[in-house]
Amino acid sequence: MRRRRFVLLWILGSVLLMWPVTGVTGVTGVKDKSHPKPPGCESNPNQTEHGVVITEVPIVTFKWHHVEDPYLVALWVLVAGLAKMVIEANHHVTNVIPESALLICFGFILGGMIWGADKVQTFKLTPTVFFFYLLPQVILDAGYSMPNKLFFSNLGGILVYAIIGTCWNAGSLGLSLWGCHMGGAMGDLDIGLLQYLLFGSLIAAVDPVAVIAVFEQVHVNEVLFIMVFGESLLNDGVTVVLFNVFDAFVSLGGPKINAVEIIKGIISFFVVAFGGSLLGFVFGLLVSLLTRCTKNIKIIEPGFIFVLGYLSYLTAEMLSLSAILSIVFCGICCQKYINANMDENSVNTVRYFMKVLANGSETIIFVFLGISAVDKTLWVWNTGFVLLTLLFVIVYRCIGVFFLTWILNKFRLVPIGFIDQVILSYGGLRGAVAYGLAVMLDENKIKEKNLMVSTTLIVVYFTVIFQGITMKPLVTWLKVKRAAITELTLIEKVQNKVFDHMLVAIEDISGQIGHNYMRGKWNNFEEKWMSTVLMKPSARKNRDYVYKVFHQLNLKDAMSYVAEGERRGSLEFVRNDKAFIDFKKKFGDDFSEAMPDIMETLKYLIYSPSIRDPVPSVSLEMHEQAMNGMRGAEEINSHHLLQQHLYKGRKQHRHRYSRSHFDVNKDENEVQEIFQRTMRNRLESFKSAKMGVAPPKTISKHTKKDQPQKMANGKSQDKSRSYQSGDEDFEFSEGDSASGYNASGSSFPMRVTYRAGAGIENPAFMADVDPMDPMQIPPWLAEAELDSGMVAPSQRAQVRLPWTPSNLRRLAPLRISTHSTDSFTLVGYPPMRQTDDEDLPPPPPPPPPNREDDHM
Amino acid sequence: MGSRASTLLREEEIEEIKKETGFSHSQITRLYSRFTSLDKGENGTLSREDFQRIPELAINPLGDRIINAFFPEGEDQVNFRGFMRTLAHFRPIEDNEKNKNYSGDFIAFRLYDLDRDDKISRDELLQVLRMMVGVNISDEQLGSIADRTIQEADTNGDNSISFNEFIKVLEKVDVEQKMSIRFLH
Repeated sequence: MRRRRFVLLWILGSVLLMWPVTGVTGVTGVKDKSHPKPPGCESNPNQTEHGVVITEVPIVTFKWHHVEDPYLVALWVLVAGLAKMVIEANHHVTNVIPESALLICFGFILGGMIWGADKVQTFKLTPTVFFFYLLPQVILDAGYSMPNKLFFSNLGGILVYAIIGTCWNAGSLGLSLWGCHMGGAMGDLDIGLLQYLLFGSLIAAVDPVAVIAVFEQVHVNEVLFIMVFGESLLNDGVTVVLFNVFDAFVSLGGPKINAVEIIKGIISFFVVAFGGSLLGFVFGLLVSLLTRCTKNIKIIEPGFIFVLGYLSYLTAEMLSLSAILSIVFCGICCQKYINANMDENSVNTVRYFMKVLANGSETIIFVFLGISAVDKTLWVWNTGFVLLTLLFVIVYRCIGVFFLTWILNKFRLVPIGFIDQVILSYGGLRGAVAYGLAVMLDENKIKEKNLMVSTTLIVVYFTVIFQGITMKPLVTWLKVKRAAITELTLIEKVQNKVFDHMLVAIEDISGQIGHNYMRGKWNNFEEKWMSTVLMKPSARKNRDYVYKVFHQLNLKDAMSYVAEGERRGSLEFVRNDKAFIDFKKKFGDDFSEAMPDIMETLKYLIYSPSIRDPVPSVSLEMHEQAMNGMRGAEEINSHHLLQQHLYKGRKQHRHRYSRSHFDVNKDENEVQEIFQRTMRNRLESFKSAKMGVAPPKTISKHTKKDQPQKMANGKSQDKSRSYQSGDEDFEFSEGDSASGYNASGSSFPMRVTYRAGAGIENPAFMADVDPMDPMQIPPWLAEAELDSGMVAPSQRAQVRLPWTPSNLRRLAPLRISTHSTDSFTLVGYPPMRQTDDEDLPPPPPPPPPNREDDHM
Repeated sequence: MGSRASTLLREEEIEEIKKETGFSHSQITRLYSRFTSLDKGENGTLSREDFQRIPELAINPLGDRIINAFFPEGEDQVNFRGFMRTLAHFRPIEDNEKNKNYSGDFIAFRLYDLDRDDKISRDELLQVLRMMVGVNISDEQLGSIADRTIQEADTNGDNSISFNEFIKVLEKVDVEQKMSIRFLH
């Protein structure tokens, strides 16, 4: 229901948009950049400048033509995006009908509206726009996120399908259609054998865009996926060559074709395919090298990848090599190095932006495929031709796949099963590439161009919509092995590596040169040369596979811990016994690396603001949201916690030091909460005092974490420092790293100054306040204290807030483990704080205001 | 080489090996010729040194461990029978003979389990990890990797991985497939 309303609204909106647009522009193609600008466009500005005498200063002028082209492009992107949004709004629909099919249907509707308004099809997908502006990013994304190992270990099969399969499809289709034509199945058509072959070559290739769109929703097993996907990418080389060769043959005319020309055609295949791949490879290396040198200006790293990727595409196009192969290989070969070289934020940016671009153009492609259909001038119907093409496309695909698989299985270690073969043949989706090529046909040479275009469209619609919709049920029905949801476990990764090494060794021992032997050789070479040249030395260090997995697992854990903590509103969970050990195990290491010693930490603290300075604010935002890495996660966490859980309302009263302002806090609940917590803690400490154990000595008088920074008060700094040290102890228990923070312990005495008269304190409490022997607190007690559920800020936040030079002197090697944590539990009893303040008339220099805010 | 191999290998021996390991006749003769070419001492058995002479194994991080897998406990010679028996672990299993005798799990497990107590202890795991990672990872880091790995697999809490636990974790990994090599005919 909701969806329908969306659609209605949307249709209405787009009609409104379209109407004036189409009315004004007449026949200008939005996307048709190859068109020269319509005369109207150019004459208009002239008029305003010269022709029309300006009699008065115009306040507002409506200059549609001034912005027309970019405006329409932007509008279309918006339209496509909105379409996708609407379609994705309801998952019940997309579960049944793949998104690509829905987008095409949406294109029909839109096209119908435009047609209704204009009576001509104003907007179509033109080959220029498609091949130059829409396709590259989809393919670059495919290459960049290609699972390399899987791809290369199945490369043999993929190549067989891509080369022999495509040639077979093209040839058999062309010949059969020609045969049927001769047999009189199509009536009177002016198409010769060569033209049939040309048609066959353009429609033979499986389309990467369509395959990605359909298969990514089906989740078949990875071998099957890489077969279809790899084929769809690599067969472009074949398609381009076949198309060009036959196009040339058609121009030459039958009699002039001799053996020499045919041999030239075959040679050109190798040149186009390998040249394209090689070019992409070179560009990939270039990107890798460039990202190696961007140490000082990381912000442009992502730009290099997109620009060079695009350039590799254009260069290949310029040299009439296979552009798709070029950009695929560019992506494939640079992914490893750029991911290692670039800053983690840049990697995320690239990944994400690549997806945005690819997804966006995919959407636009499908919408325009739909729109293009609504054009009366295009459609030429010939039942025999259309139906026979459709039939042959499917039948020959099946025959080709089954035959080639039969041969392949003789050589494959793991044969491709029958069911997989069915899916493989059924997955032969045709798409926009075929359409683009069909539109590029020369009408003068091929009289029945429109018939071919419309047949291509029919085939595309049939494969994308019909086969796309039936793919999922088919996969379910045939019980095709699905992709296992692989959970990252360390042992599996380790074991996979072990297997790799073992296989190589066994091949060495048994003296054969197989897959693994080759891979072993390649890895050694890669290790020795490529990595050395292409990777930053620092990146090379941290790139160990096992360690990376470990690192990722740690990050994942960290995030889930943090998420859990946020859910519960505290980090107490980290401190219960078991989790503590776990956490320590898992993070101690990581953290020790991040902060091997206090100096490191200090440096980090001191420099972190300046490090970020050169980064513009936009990326700061991203930096924060990256959630990548311990620090990122922690930072977010702290923000979140701070925002959500800080007791509000008191910072504006920091100048008042008298207790009477306690009731300034208007939020009854909060006050209540604070009060209760304080009391509970006192009770706790009272008990422990009775038991003769030094209880939490830190009676932190400051409720709020933000106070330390706002309060310009030495104590607050101390407190948070101390708190922080506790935090560190608990979570990371790396002695070295922690010791620095613990220094706060030494400063404690200064601050434990309350007066009995302060009113709320009970005497037992006073006894507790023994800062000097923190070690006495048994961990369990400390934990109990912690459990009182205070909001624990993340370590990072803590570290940052209180940092001032004045603190330095307090840093002492003294290592205090638990007490500081308690400080937090007691926080928030305002009167205490105030007492404190009174006690210490000369507060240390205030910390730089809002230091934290600087980077947030 | 091939002719010499077949002269040295009696027909009935081939038959027995065929039955035991499932290799084809041609594979056996081929591997036999490889065996003899490795056998520098020409005494019908391979020693560790013979294996270590293979140059590629020297750069394989797990090379020595894999060589170990060829030698039955306490022996330092392996004859052709034993050689083939070990290689048989890596033969792709055909559907009609799903006997678990030649499953790769065990070989893989033995790779870690140096002291053959049917448990992978933390130290044993650590040794293998150390072989596989570069020098850039510190011992502490590696230690926690090992800890975590054991944590993942260890179900009975003895802080080591037993064979059963090992198989269990690797259930999802298609061991048969990952441990198979296509032996030339």
